[in-house]
Amino acid sequence: MKKFATYLFIAALFLPVAGTTAFASGGAGVQHSGANTEDTASLQRGAKWYVNYCLGCHTLSYQRYNRLAKDLDLSEEMVMQNLVYSDAKFADTMEIAMDPDQAESWFGKTPPDLSLIGRSRGADWLYSYLLAFYQDENGGWNNTLLPNAAMPHVLWRLQGIQTPVYRTETTESGYSHEVIDHFELTTPGTQSHEEFEETARDIAAFLEYVGDPAKLQRKGIGIWVMLFLVLFTFIAYLLKVEYWRDVH
Amino acid sequence: MAKFASSVSKQAGAAMNWLDDRLPVTKFWNATMTGYMAPKNFNFWYYMGSLALLVLVIQIFSGILLTMHYKPSATEAFASVEYIMRDVEWGWLIRYLHTTGASFFFILIYLHMFRSLLYGSHKAPRELLWVFGMFIYLALMAEAFLGYILPWGQMSYWGAQVIINLFGALPKIGEPLTQWIRGDYFISDATLNRFFALHVIAVPLALLGLVLLHLVALRENGSNNPDGIEIKANKDADGIPLDGIPFHPYYTVKDIFGVGMFLILFCFVLFFWPEAGGIFLEHDNFIPANPLVTPEHIKPVWYFTPFYAILKAVPDKLMGVVMMGASVMILFFLPWLDRSPVKSIRYRGMWYKVLLALFTIAFVRLGLLGMAEGTPAQTWEMRVWTLVYFMFFVLLFFMSPGGKTKPEPDRVTD
Repeated sequence: MKKFATYLFIAALFLPVAGTTAFASGGAGVQHSGANTEDTASLQRGAKWYVNYCLGCHTLSYQRYNRLAKDLDLSEEMVMQNLVYSDAKFADTMEIAMDPDQAESWFGKTPPDLSLIGRSRGADWLYSYLLAFYQDENGGWNNTLLPNAAMPHVLWRLQGIQTPVYRTETTESGYSHEVIDHFELTTPGTQSHEEFEETARDIAAFLEYVGDPAKLQRKGIGIWVMLFLVLFTFIAYLLKVEYWRDVH
Repeated sequence: MAKFASSVSKQAGAAMNWLDDRLPVTKFWNATMTGYMAPKNFNFWYYMGSLALLVLVIQIFSGILLTMHYKPSATEAFASVEYIMRDVEWGWLIRYLHTTGASFFFILIYLHMFRSLLYGSHKAPRELLWVFGMFIYLALMAEAFLGYILPWGQMSYWGAQVIINLFGALPKIGEPLTQWIRGDYFISDATLNRFFALHVIAVPLALLGLVLLHLVALRENGSNNPDGIEIKANKDADGIPLDGIPFHPYYTVKDIFGVGMFLILFCFVLFFWPEAGGIFLEHDNFIPANPLVTPEHIKPVWYFTPFYAILKAVPDKLMGVVMMGASVMILFFLPWLDRSPVKSIRYRGMWYKVLLALFTIAFVRLGLLGMAEGTPAQTWEMRVWTLVYFMFFVLLFFMSPGGKTKPEPDRVTD
């Protein structure tokens, strides 16, 4: 009876809150990316894709090239030759040449700085977003995860062009409307489906790294801190037992 | 060698005497540490106080280092935090110490307060000890709220907007009061500047003073214990409580072990999980504050959500604010609402165990619901738990004098 009451108490405390996604940053349509910031090769590929396809519009104004080189095991030479297309110095942050006001008149919105997008949206969301572009009936780009996004499908040459296949859904009140059932690849790209998924994963991992570069260091240091603390606590426990021998 | 050692110890003794003639160092140490008798039966719940003190030190230390690099300006604040995270040597460690410390401070304080509900530590003669503790809790809430605006992210901005606007619900003085708090017609650089001043000077000073009062009041009557009986009732011929042991070295040594256990947990979060899934560091706060774009889902940080849920549960805004205020303020009166003749849950009847279990569930559920989006079903659940939350105090007041109890032992039991 007592045990049962305790279990009931614990269950009542942590029963999930009905109809909520409070703990998920994404919600519907977000897929598991498998992005791994400990995979240096993936981060290097991600950096390459980012510089080639994204850095034209999206600054990383908190990320320095030299920090990138250090964290991604790249030499100064490699970074300056392969990743820097502007007149930026090695210690500069990853800025763009585009004027924000002009960008706004071209895209309707200045493309945001993505230094912290890995933290506000998360790698899974970014991965899913890059996979969710399609060409609608008017020939324009759209995105299922962020409908009517201002951003065009920059990676379409890699992925190819997806067009949606619709199905009709009828609501309880009898209204029917069309929803996207799945995508069809109508124009193939230079990458296969799996290759493009890896590209999206690499970019997502790279942006997750850019969001918190210290993450790579802190885990390595953290292991030593934990080992020290476990040893310290064990000795403290022995000391406590020794001192308390004469109590009672 | 032995001669040298004895000479050193003689010199040290002389220096100590010189000091003691001018400052009561040894007297103070004896009175508060070696001569202070604590009950020998403290359990898990008695670690929280000293650990909270440790976290206070961590917060002050990391806070001082943060102020060396942070810029309290609406145009520079967000970037200066990222500068700390990326370009300052060990800056990420300093900042994560402070953010993780903030959440752990509240975890410890909530457990510390819960301990009081378990063992009746707020009851006579320790009412003032509890009241000082409540003032510490209020100061801590103010400190956390003021500090949360400093990173100048979207949640900093809009969270502050929601909380400050609560004062606007007060009739007549509401509008001018919110303006006075912000120092502007909207949350701006002026607001950030004054919140910074209050966060780094005013509230920490008050907090330190209150902690001192809390400790002085504690030393006056001594700690309560899991049996809720006074160890001073049974003394030996020398006037030393039979169930008491000197705080130093017994509890200092035991607390070192507690510190180790705590730091294992604390450092695990700090090094491997600092966002705690968006609970300790919210996702939206990594977007710079933008007065023109309201985030989809504004919510305060987790430690405020139980009270935020009470606010949301009440349909009328003014009534909601009043209820939310009351839900905190009612805790001040706990020593006088609880009229039970025994202190510890061990010797109270089943009725108290049921009441306390319901109250605990209500508090945790309100906390979880306060983080959620607020569907109609959730609103109804919040209303139920809000009722349970307040009914705890009402029923405690009426049931505690006559409620069933078990006989208390003369001496502590373990």
